[in-house]
Amino acid sequence: MDGIIEKAISLRFEIAAVILFGIGFINLLLQSNLIKKIVAFNVMDSSVFLFLASQGYIEGRMAPIVTNGVTDAANYVNPIPAGLVLTGIVVSVSVSAFFLALVQRLYKHYHTVDFDEIMMLAKERVE
Amino acid sequence: MKKDMWKRFSAWVNGTSEERGPLELPDTAVHHEKKKLFELSDEQKIRLFKAGYLAVAAVVCLAVVSVLLYTVFQLPLFGDPNNPAVNDVVERYVEKGLEETGAVNMVAGMIIDYRSFDNFVESSVLFLAVTSVMMLLLRDKNNISREEDIQEEHERIIEKEASDLILQKVVSMVLPCIMLFGVYVVLNGHISPGGGFSGGAVMGAGLILYASAFGTDKVRELFNMKTFKTVTSTALLCYAASKAYSFYTGANGLHTGIPLGTPGAIFSSGLILVLDICVGMVVACTMYGFYVLFARGEI
Repeated sequence: MDGIIEKAISLRFEIAAVILFGIGFINLLLQSNLIKKIVAFNVMDSSVFLFLASQGYIEGRMAPIVTNGVTDAANYVNPIPAGLVLTGIVVSVSVSAFFLALVQRLYKHYHTVDFDEIMMLAKERVE
Repeated sequence: MKKDMWKRFSAWVNGTSEERGPLELPDTAVHHEKKKLFELSDEQKIRLFKAGYLAVAAVVCLAVVSVLLYTVFQLPLFGDPNNPAVNDVVERYVEKGLEETGAVNMVAGMIIDYRSFDNFVESSVLFLAVTSVMMLLLRDKNNISREEDIQEEHERIIEKEASDLILQKVVSMVLPCIMLFGVYVVLNGHISPGGGFSGGAVMGAGLILYASAFGTDKVRELFNMKTFKTVTSTALLCYAASKAYSFYTGANGLHTGIPLGTPGAIFSSGLILVLDICVGMVVACTMYGFYVLFARGEI
């Protein structure tokens, strides 16, 4: 039992990331407001970034910027997650912008951002 | 429907049918009754579906979270130097990075030199995003309505008449610093934290601030659709061309002929500076483009 608690304390960032992912996922599924769905999607994105960043950290090492000409790998943290997170942030921004543009078009057409109401209106229009 | 049939049936059994049959009732009444019955059943269906959906969603979410938590507990401890993610790829990037790319900032060296295809596709994703947002929101001949035109005209008048003096004064003091900082972050991407994306985002934010204080018309004098198109496509093409050159020479074992310079100087690390500037341009244009397209529907 003690071992598990110790491990949980050590892995706090990863666990926080998983919980954030869960919060984002359940809101993405259950919110009927499309804007809130997009916010939930962004929360999920951020949780993935937190997870990646926490995986790259190494205790007691410096940021991966060469200082004093030292290029020994034992001095710096892992630079790869930083690059991956950068890519992720850019993709997340692009996707959110695209979603928001779609929502704006939907709002102009149906005058609501509620997903259920849009579905009802769409069904009525088809009939 | 069923109830209706049952009523008719019972009326027929009781012998009071025919005269009081549904055909004799006014048409509207029948219609009304039928519709109400239908609506009720529809509502019930929706309620049932919603309850089922809630249950399924909760179960799926809990399952996903528990699987992920289980996996997290199998991971090595936080900050562990023996983490399997820290393998020979990382070692190679850190130890040879300065020598091979000339970039003091290893992340910049990694994403713009070793993995520049990654960065190029990233910029293309941003470009694609702004293009698709433009397709959806740009107010051209296919996307126009009187309502919106009136609203647009109102907003333009408000922008002109009710200009915010405090905001304008603050912006005219702060904006040069913001733009300068953005340029600094872009140009120092290879020697300090920063780079094309962060610097470009800072410059884009500066443009957005300017637009919100002085109006988009004022920005349009400097930065219109034509500049937007030219700058973005030129930057992307420049990126593609310079990277194609270095891929070509690298794959054929040729010498690039681009000096790496002394590490730490502004003009060092070969193509990284050029590529950072390209990315910064694309990002700044994209950020401002998103803002204007959402706010006004035109650049």
